[in-house]
Amino acid sequence: MRIRTLMLGWEFPPYISGGLGTACYGLTKAMSHLGMDVTFLLPRMGPLRLSGGSGATLESGLPHLRLRAVPSSLIAYGRFGNARGAHATARAGKAEESLSGPAPYGPNICEEVHRYALRVMKIAETEEFDVIHAHDWMTFPAAIGVAARSGKPLVVQIHSTEFDRSGEQVNQYVYDIERHGMHAAARVITVSNYTRNIVVSRYGVPPEKVEVVYNGIDFSDAAVAPMANGTAKRDKVVLFLGRITMQKGPEYFLYAAKRVLEKIQNVKFVMAGDGDRLYGTIDLAAWLGIGHRVFFTRFLRGADVDRAYEMADLYVMPSVSEPFGIAPLEALKHHVPVLVSKSSGIAETLRNALKVDFWDINEMANKIIAVLRHPPLQESLRANGRAEALRFRWEDSAARVNEVYLKALHVA
Amino acid sequence: MASVCFYFQVHQPYRLRHYTIFDSGTDYFDEYKNAQVCRKVAGKCYLPTNRLMLNLIREHEGRFKIAYSVTGVILEQFRAYAPEVLASFQELAQTGCVEFLAETYHHSLSFLFSPQEFAAQIAAHQQVVRELFGQTPRVFRNTELVYNNALAETIERIGGFQAILAEGADHILGWRSPNFVYRPPNTRRLKLLLKNYRLSDDIAFRFSNRGWREWPLRAEKFAQWVNAVNGNGYTVNLFVDYETFGEHQWEDTGIFDFLRHLPTEILRNRDNDFKMPSEVADTYEAVDVVDVPHLVSWADTERDLSAWLGNPMQYNAIHELYGLEDQVKAAGDPKLLACWRRLQTSDHFYYMCTKWFADGDVHKYFNPYDSPYDSYINFMNVLDHLRARCQTAPSSLRPPVLAAASA
Repeated sequence: MRIRTLMLGWEFPPYISGGLGTACYGLTKAMSHLGMDVTFLLPRMGPLRLSGGSGATLESGLPHLRLRAVPSSLIAYGRFGNARGAHATARAGKAEESLSGPAPYGPNICEEVHRYALRVMKIAETEEFDVIHAHDWMTFPAAIGVAARSGKPLVVQIHSTEFDRSGEQVNQYVYDIERHGMHAAARVITVSNYTRNIVVSRYGVPPEKVEVVYNGIDFSDAAVAPMANGTAKRDKVVLFLGRITMQKGPEYFLYAAKRVLEKIQNVKFVMAGDGDRLYGTIDLAAWLGIGHRVFFTRFLRGADVDRAYEMADLYVMPSVSEPFGIAPLEALKHHVPVLVSKSSGIAETLRNALKVDFWDINEMANKIIAVLRHPPLQESLRANGRAEALRFRWEDSAARVNEVYLKALHVA
Repeated sequence: MASVCFYFQVHQPYRLRHYTIFDSGTDYFDEYKNAQVCRKVAGKCYLPTNRLMLNLIREHEGRFKIAYSVTGVILEQFRAYAPEVLASFQELAQTGCVEFLAETYHHSLSFLFSPQEFAAQIAAHQQVVRELFGQTPRVFRNTELVYNNALAETIERIGGFQAILAEGADHILGWRSPNFVYRPPNTRRLKLLLKNYRLSDDIAFRFSNRGWREWPLRAEKFAQWVNAVNGNGYTVNLFVDYETFGEHQWEDTGIFDFLRHLPTEILRNRDNDFKMPSEVADTYEAVDVVDVPHLVSWADTERDLSAWLGNPMQYNAIHELYGLEDQVKAAGDPKLLACWRRLQTSDHFYYMCTKWFADGDVHKYFNPYDSPYDSYINFMNVLDHLRARCQTAPSSLRPPVLAAASA
């Protein structure tokens, strides 16, 4: 049977600021290729590119996929995501009362989430669908409402939990919405077993309801061979690319960098990204006395990202908690070998990668040095890792999602 | 006449401890882990299997015979961690029904990289076998049955051997059967005993596989397969890892019962007997020359060297290791030399193998590393430290010839 999905998603090209948007796009694109019918509701702020207005249909460029904009200032990573995000939140935050507790998403987030829910429920009344599929907490109230009104099964997909983003200092409001969404759902999709364990142990979701669907990566625009570089390059380059936030472990990267520089000198450490720990991280590099070896590029996009990868000899993802981790696959796509935190989804499934505990800076440095000193290691990780990354196909993820839908509809 | 020729490989490496670039001790090896594995395998395999073998030999009054190749590095570990195992091997040696083979003391791939090291390690192994078991080995088996024509020539030049064991791989035998005795080209007296890999692997790998057509394998059935060789072969060479009994195949698979009944079932047919490798070589004439220009081994489906020398990390590590030979020997420090030799054990390179995806868990057995990359990093860190030690070894320890050269 062809299942019609009402998807409550996040960003869609060209409006992408991070991994969640990449994942939503990759998944829906593959679902469209497989002939699955998707109506994608996209929160959008400000003027739309095409015919604007409430409930307008946007051009997705893909068969079987309809895109509808829902006016809203919700953004995936709160005000620290990037410059654009900060702008959007600031605008939404105008004329807002202050709010108790930590509010990394902007002061009026509760209200905005509920306003969004009401708008989505209204739009949903004009749509025909069999399953509701919601990505991450901010869309959960909307999705729960639509499910209750329509009687259709709800599938929620967890790309990250409040524990990943905030450690033990969780925002109770966010946690409650997450928990409510997971329990209201017929099926919960997590992007790894790592996240599945959190969902089961921290949110009390029955394990039999939770399915793992790994993310994929789109290789269609990948260069066949690495760009010729490095012959004239004097220094080795170790790359951190991601949001500079507590979750991503930037300080462990720097502590390890310091240890590396004790053994070899011709290394540069590049940190690409923005986030609430950016200035603290710049400060730390200075305090550690390695400021002259650490370079901050701020948020990169498009060709600048490609260039960062092209310079890199090794990509490091020292995340404290990473539900999946598409970035290492991106690095491998760009022919860069990877070292990843064991506290990640990707570490449980990618074999041709170096793995460390994020807090074990000695071991992180040990492995960084080994890659920089031993070309056979670097080459093996590069070639085998890339071959393995090719097997993370969005089409496979989409097919798994379809299986989950069938279970949610009780036809499988 | 069909002679069953059993040979069991007994080996455990000295595993390295976790050694980072920031470490500087000379304690490269993980004593705790090595003792733990040695005692564990002793309890599950070596001791019970040795006891069973001893009983079978006594029960059959000299008609059940077997052979072992016990590496120097495991003998050292038995002495340190499980002396009772060593004693039980000595007891077996005294029965006269057990032959001990020669190999490289350190279970190394030195044949490929250093002729002098190869010869020295064989001599060291022969000596330890003489000391502990009171016999001088006359049959040679190389590490992992790595073999080619050049190896046979080298062994004949070293002298003292009448036969070599090798893998009966299809691509070297062609239409011929492994159940005859063969001869390497360009040698005069050496004989070649080739492993019957089908029957060997039935015991070593397929025994407990419930998906296998022949499961469960009982001694009677296996004896029938051996009987079938009568008339078109002399010998059935069953070469297996000793850890098959109780470790690779756990006790609850029935492997010990199989072994307990096997001699009776084999000997039920009066045309069958058991022979040790040197007896096979003495008894049967070589029927043909087997030409093996390229290296073969008994590993994996490829029967080649790709498990040890299949990727750039393995090549790099082993070349770096043997590249230090002159420096290590010139340093004249016996402890340094001992460390360098323990690093030659083939297992270190096996851990770096990246082709597990197809070949599966055999590579993981007793493997202390999470990934081949980790094992390479660890090995290279140790090697780095070893290299530094060569350079700082006190000149008083250096042999005079070097002192004279530098003076």
